Amino acid sequence: MRIESVKSLKSLADKVRREQKKRSTEILVCAGTGCLANGALEVAESLERSIKKRKLDAKLKLGVKRTGCHGFCEKGPLVVIQPSGIFYKSVRTRDVKDIVEKTLVGGEIIKRLLYRDPLAKKKVETYQEIPFYSRQHRIALRNIGKIDPAAIEDYISQGGYRGLAKALTEMEPDEVVDAVDRSGLRGRGGGGFPTGRKWRTCRDAADEPRYVLCNADEGDPGAFMDRSICEGDPHAVIEGMVIGAYAIGATSGFIYVREEYPLAVVNLARAITDARERGFLGENILGSGFSYDVEIARGGGAFVCGESSALMKSVAGEVGEPRAKYVHSVIKGLYDKPTVLNNVETWANVPWIVTEGAEAFSALGTKKSTGTKAFSLVGKVKNTGLVEVPMGITLREIIYDIGGGIIGDRPFKGVQTGGPSGGCLPEHELDLAVDFDTLTSKGSMMGSGGMIVMDDQTCMVDVARYFLKFLVDESCGKCVPCREGVNQLWLMLEDICAGKGRKGDIEKIEALSDTIVAASLCALGKSAPNPVLSTLRYFRDEYESHIKKKHCPAGICKDLFKFKISKEKCTGCEACAKACPVDCITGEKKKLHKIENKKCTRCGACRNVCHFDAVEVVR
Amino acid sequence: MSKTKVLERKLDEKKITALLEKFPENDPRCLIHALQDIQAVCGYIPCEVVMRLCDRIGVPLSKAFSTATFYKAFSLDPKGDLIIRVCTGTACHIRGAQTLVDEVSGSLSIKPGGTTKDLKFTLETVNCVGACAMAPVVSLNGKYHGNVQPGTLVDKIKGGK
Repeated sequence: MRIESVKSLKSLADKVRREQKKRSTEILVCAGTGCLANGALEVAESLERSIKKRKLDAKLKLGVKRTGCHGFCEKGPLVVIQPSGIFYKSVRTRDVKDIVEKTLVGGEIIKRLLYRDPLAKKKVETYQEIPFYSRQHRIALRNIGKIDPAAIEDYISQGGYRGLAKALTEMEPDEVVDAVDRSGLRGRGGGGFPTGRKWRTCRDAADEPRYVLCNADEGDPGAFMDRSICEGDPHAVIEGMVIGAYAIGATSGFIYVREEYPLAVVNLARAITDARERGFLGENILGSGFSYDVEIARGGGAFVCGESSALMKSVAGEVGEPRAKYVHSVIKGLYDKPTVLNNVETWANVPWIVTEGAEAFSALGTKKSTGTKAFSLVGKVKNTGLVEVPMGITLREIIYDIGGGIIGDRPFKGVQTGGPSGGCLPEHELDLAVDFDTLTSKGSMMGSGGMIVMDDQTCMVDVARYFLKFLVDESCGKCVPCREGVNQLWLMLEDICAGKGRKGDIEKIEALSDTIVAASLCALGKSAPNPVLSTLRYFRDEYESHIKKKHCPAGICKDLFKFKISKEKCTGCEACAKACPVDCITGEKKKLHKIENKKCTRCGACRNVCHFDAVEVVR
Repeated sequence: MSKTKVLERKLDEKKITALLEKFPENDPRCLIHALQDIQAVCGYIPCEVVMRLCDRIGVPLSKAFSTATFYKAFSLDPKGDLIIRVCTGTACHIRGAQTLVDEVSGSLSIKPGGTTKDLKFTLETVNCVGACAMAPVVSLNGKYHGNVQPGTLVDKIKGGK
């Protein structure tokens, strides 16, 4: 049914809320990519079957809801029982019977499925009490995990499309631009360009038609905020885009989605169809006379297409090579027409800003970086997943208070922010405030929000080599400094990691990096040396150890170390021998074990399983 | 195109005709979309189908091939029945993805990007599937497997899962 006016939107929201209130219990099953891989779908189906069989749906009026990613992917599949907020982790189908019989019928909490807080060393019963969630402030991720992304009514009941209704009926387009400007919102995709200013330039451009696009080509390895938003709350993105289109006077647009995110495409496509049916997209939106429609453009698996000019070429069906941007895409973008391109998270913030007001947004965060930012906290950290926090929070708070510290309580070595173009920050920068400008001043960057935590078993030279290899593969090849220069940088690091580093290599790397930064055409090339430069800045001794001593202290570069089992620490528990995939560890029970170095592939499986830190790295 | 092609798959003529007819005549803008659909239906992009596509939508062959070779999603070679994609995103990398690649590569005697001669297996690496919290991740024909331990992957593959 089409919604023709703001009034009918409000009455629909009220109606849905009344229906929801009738339900005494709601079971939320996370159906994000992470939980799905762990069998969330089977859990949800099994729950539904059991509930039906026991006829609980009629008696208790409960419903099972498949939601987007709760962000706590490490512990999936997650099941939350509302309104009490009981939080079960790592739920398997074999647990379903207990959940139904004990919790739903008996009201009893199942201890073995509860999350154990490693800091407080006790089990936590509800969602709200888990430090991973309680310290977050969610705006862009506000609905994720609460609503069923496939049900538009669910989104509406949470106040969805209210921002759009307010913009269309109470605000002039200029006022919308003003509000976004005053909120201080900056692009969440990495650039950090003020969104309001971008919109105004496009609005003032003389040419027509104008386009409003969404960048869902989240290519940074280690980042999945945008995937989770597209999968878990697609309507927030669409609503943001319609508001943006109204503000700048656009009539059509595209959402450019990465090829690697099939579930995001499905959920967005469904959301677009539903929004059209309800009259939030298409002609005469909400009876206001304003029209805008959006289509999905699927990417082809090219990282460079996250760059604005390359993305627009790709949408137009061409090879995604960037162009020099002396004329900005807000003036000449898609099909050479004025175009606003913002990323998923930026769009998801827009409806909230319009509904709650610019001041509510700018009150959060720091002066120059307002609001909140979603990060994907991954790597060697205990609580991996999605977190959204106010800007200005320190790295230490994110990694230790929310993330729970390093896996196995190993020493922290560095945190990589900003994706392949970002940098690594060492331990003494842990108290750094996380915002656009501070991170940049320290040689890293905010980027799209990937935050990869590394412990003492991560080799920084290897990390730099990894990012360079990534960029060599993803360079489009249009300009020489990027195509040839980054390749040479990578080859030098390959040599260093293989023990063929020579004196003077570091200086050569620095000189070549300068040239690449100065002469590359687009941001991919200009920022490509960042991972090397920032690791050189903070972890120079590791490079020197690789070059001079031919030793990899972290035990990663396979040619530059050996594993040895410590006489003092080995208890003879046999865990390493069992874990070894090539059977090169020998020893009797309760006696010292030995590694046969010729056979060893340096995979590190023994080191991962040893509880006594007995597997040591030696030259 | 000097490489001689050893691997080929039989194509379903009816399906391909139906697929090509979906695209409007002389509309070059649908090129990427069309290539994606061909890839989805055939499992790769056969040269002869590209030629027919170009005739229909009015795109020069050179442009179609430059596009097909630019984007990673497209493959001009057929793929194996089981596509093993090891995620080598940053989070997976630091949790040992390279070891997994080496294991599969050694066991099947193919390099990343390669397909076994019997067309049973293809090994690929992918930059990030966005499931970083369960790193290292391997997708087998699109189904994700998280926290894959060294030494277990080859059994999983050969077990046909």
